[in-house]
Amino acid sequence: MQNAADHSGEVEFVIFTSGGQSFSLDIRHVREIRGQSAVTPLPHAPEEVLGVTNLRGAVIPVFDLARCFALGVTADSERNVIVIAMNGTQTIGLLVQSVSEIVSFPRADIQDAPDMLGGSAQSHISGLVPLQEGMSRVIDLPSLIQRRMPVPA
Amino acid sequence: MASNESFRNLFFEEAEDLLASLSDDLVRLNAGTSDNEIVHSIFRAVHSIKGSAGAFALDELVGFAHRYETVLDEVRSDRLELTPDLFRVVQRSADHLAVLVEAARTEQCTDRVVTDAALAALDACLGSNAADTAASSTEESDAPEQAPILDAPLFDFPALSLDIGDLMSASPQSYDICFRPHPALYENSHEPAFLISHLAELGTLEAEVDLSALPHWSAPEIVQPALSWNLRLATEAGREAIEEVFEFVDGLCDLTIDAKDDDMPEQNTQDGAASMSMADTTTALLDAAPPLLQADIDMTEAAAASKMPDAPRPTLRVDLDRIERLFNAVGELIINQSMIAQRVDDLQLTHDADMTVHVESYRLLARDIQEAVMAIRAQPVKPLFQRMSRIVREAADGTDKQAQLVMIGEGTEVDKTVIERLADPLTHMIRNSVDHGLETPEMRSANGKDPVGTIWLSAAHRSGSVVITIRDDGAGLDRDKVLGVAVKKGLVPADADLSETEIDNLIFLPGFSTASATSLLSGRGVGLDVVRTAVQSLGGRVNIVSRPGKGTEFTIALPLTLAVLDGMLISVGNISMLVPISAVLETIRPMAGEVQPVGPNEQLLSIRGRFVPVIDLAANLGIARAIDADAPMLLLLVETEARGTCALLVDRVHDQRQVVIKGLESNYGHVPGVSAATVLGDGQIALILDPDAIVEQTHGAGQRAVSPT
Repeated sequence: MQNAADHSGEVEFVIFTSGGQSFSLDIRHVREIRGQSAVTPLPHAPEEVLGVTNLRGAVIPVFDLARCFALGVTADSERNVIVIAMNGTQTIGLLVQSVSEIVSFPRADIQDAPDMLGGSAQSHISGLVPLQEGMSRVIDLPSLIQRRMPVPA
Repeated sequence: MASNESFRNLFFEEAEDLLASLSDDLVRLNAGTSDNEIVHSIFRAVHSIKGSAGAFALDELVGFAHRYETVLDEVRSDRLELTPDLFRVVQRSADHLAVLVEAARTEQCTDRVVTDAALAALDACLGSNAADTAASSTEESDAPEQAPILDAPLFDFPALSLDIGDLMSASPQSYDICFRPHPALYENSHEPAFLISHLAELGTLEAEVDLSALPHWSAPEIVQPALSWNLRLATEAGREAIEEVFEFVDGLCDLTIDAKDDDMPEQNTQDGAASMSMADTTTALLDAAPPLLQADIDMTEAAAASKMPDAPRPTLRVDLDRIERLFNAVGELIINQSMIAQRVDDLQLTHDADMTVHVESYRLLARDIQEAVMAIRAQPVKPLFQRMSRIVREAADGTDKQAQLVMIGEGTEVDKTVIERLADPLTHMIRNSVDHGLETPEMRSANGKDPVGTIWLSAAHRSGSVVITIRDDGAGLDRDKVLGVAVKKGLVPADADLSETEIDNLIFLPGFSTASATSLLSGRGVGLDVVRTAVQSLGGRVNIVSRPGKGTEFTIALPLTLAVLDGMLISVGNISMLVPISAVLETIRPMAGEVQPVGPNEQLLSIRGRFVPVIDLAANLGIARAIDADAPMLLLLVETEARGTCALLVDRVHDQRQVVIKGLESNYGHVPGVSAATVLGDGQIALILDPDAIVEQTHGAGQRAVSPT
């Protein structure tokens, strides 16, 4: 991700679908993948923040990834999963439609996102990786989360 | 650098312990148990602080500790009588020592003038007579740059303690020790000088270095350590003590220890007396002094165990992070347990079913573990209380009053965090008690009271909470004056008909301060409202009871821990939340007409002749109501800091329960109106509301009309 310029070695990505599009996240950010569990809404939170859920006693916020990219609301479905991701010391959940696979790419294959992308796509996508059918968008997790967090008290 | 930092931290931890024991000793000394052993103990504490401080080049601290130590030395050697005045100086000096340590810890500058004044007070005690002895002892021991370990044996006291009588009966035994280090000793970073200086602490040591094996200086390489030592030690500590010194270098050196006179001199007093008489008396006495010091140090624990009832028990320092981790894990265990219990409950098994029995014992075990872990974080309030005795002294000095502090139940244990956050409000209240509570000595005498006012500070456990009371035997609240001030400041209407308790509680209102002349201490523009806010933020409550002419009593009731909260489970819409019990006054189903609309969005509840604003929680939190607007209202009357009593409109009140507090901050951030979260028995997260913030928010933004979606 941030090391996309470093053209040595391989990077593993978790590939998942959200809002009908393919997204990927560096596997080092992903802690686990869980089924959708009960989420308690938070007052005064942005609409992408679904609320908080219980991860073995820890309270973690859950973001609707589709809404983060303005791709509409992720509809309730039994196939929905929550990708538990780590951003530094923060643990967060991303609600996605489904997780498809884990793919390893040579670093050289990761392309920078074209400048022409606008809005949330530009700011939250750090690169693109080619898939057999099309491509997947590499999520810039820190950027995605940061602007949705309230100011620390 | 990192290790230096950790040594530094260690020093401050130790200094804190030493200051605490110093404080303890002073209290015992004050209580009239004029035991020389206590003065010794105080001396040792000061000396240890000085020694370690020297290693960190804390010159001001070392200098002050040294002068303090000199005075203590005079006292313990009976050259100075411990008069009440001197005791005061000793006590103040201990206070100042604590101030200096604290300043060194926070790396702040201290007021040199204060230190000079404290030094002058100490010098005044020494007087001209003792000044010479003090000066000579200064020369010997004023070596801050020296490693503390070497400092101790150097610190010979020309003075003799009364305990010398005991020493006379036991005679020192002489040992010839031959010590030849192997290369491995140096490889393991042992230092012969340290071993020898340890040995010197046991008695009188004559050391001679054997240079015979030293190769010629032109030798190409020195591989083998060439030095060895022939030592002669006169000690009564016995062979074991000597072997103990060399314990860690066992196998790393050649060591022979020969007793010069083997016929058990300890038993043979005649022999001892004979050898004593042969020696020059002065030398013998001087030689005997260091073993006394050493013996005292060794005895500290043993003596503490046997002589003092409140001896410190062995403790273990553990990184707070590790405890936090354990704490979190236990919190999860408790939640997991209640989830399992709920599932088993759903199965509707018979009461004697195996499963039910096992789940019940699981529940009991989990609670046991939780209590044990909570106990780890619990600490006695004693150090906090001891700090307060300093505050009383300072406050009394600053207001020309005489006051003493009596502590009760200082062994009561409270969560560490609670103790930390209680320090400020307690300080404020103690100052307040001295400043506003107690009368001047003249007034007290005129009223037939002891001119020395007493403040009782007590702690006790009472049904799951800890109750701290601060009571003074002062004049009590002047209710007419309190009411007058409150009316003048517009805090209450002039025609208000208030009960005595209500008048007493006026002093907690923001912007209230009775002191007609603001004093240096408590007239800082902050009143008791700050105390109340602090206590409430800890989930506690503060109350006042005053009897005119007899005194005032403040009671602070606090939860035992901040990790667990007593809350009332409510729901708004279909979302469950908790309101801290400490804030809840009552729940009300208002009768028709008791709630009146004011303006487009606001409502007021009429209760017992007062009007209380109603806050619609659903609107405030942006949640859709589950119950239609025509259904009977359910109100939760809460006490808030900013707006007094308010009524929260909720949909349902379920029950009261104890929950484990989970922070939102670490993974998300601060949510307005929400203080934290918890996990309910079904694994769902419930938010813990902060009524104060909710009220503040509503007030600040105006009652926003958030239309339920």
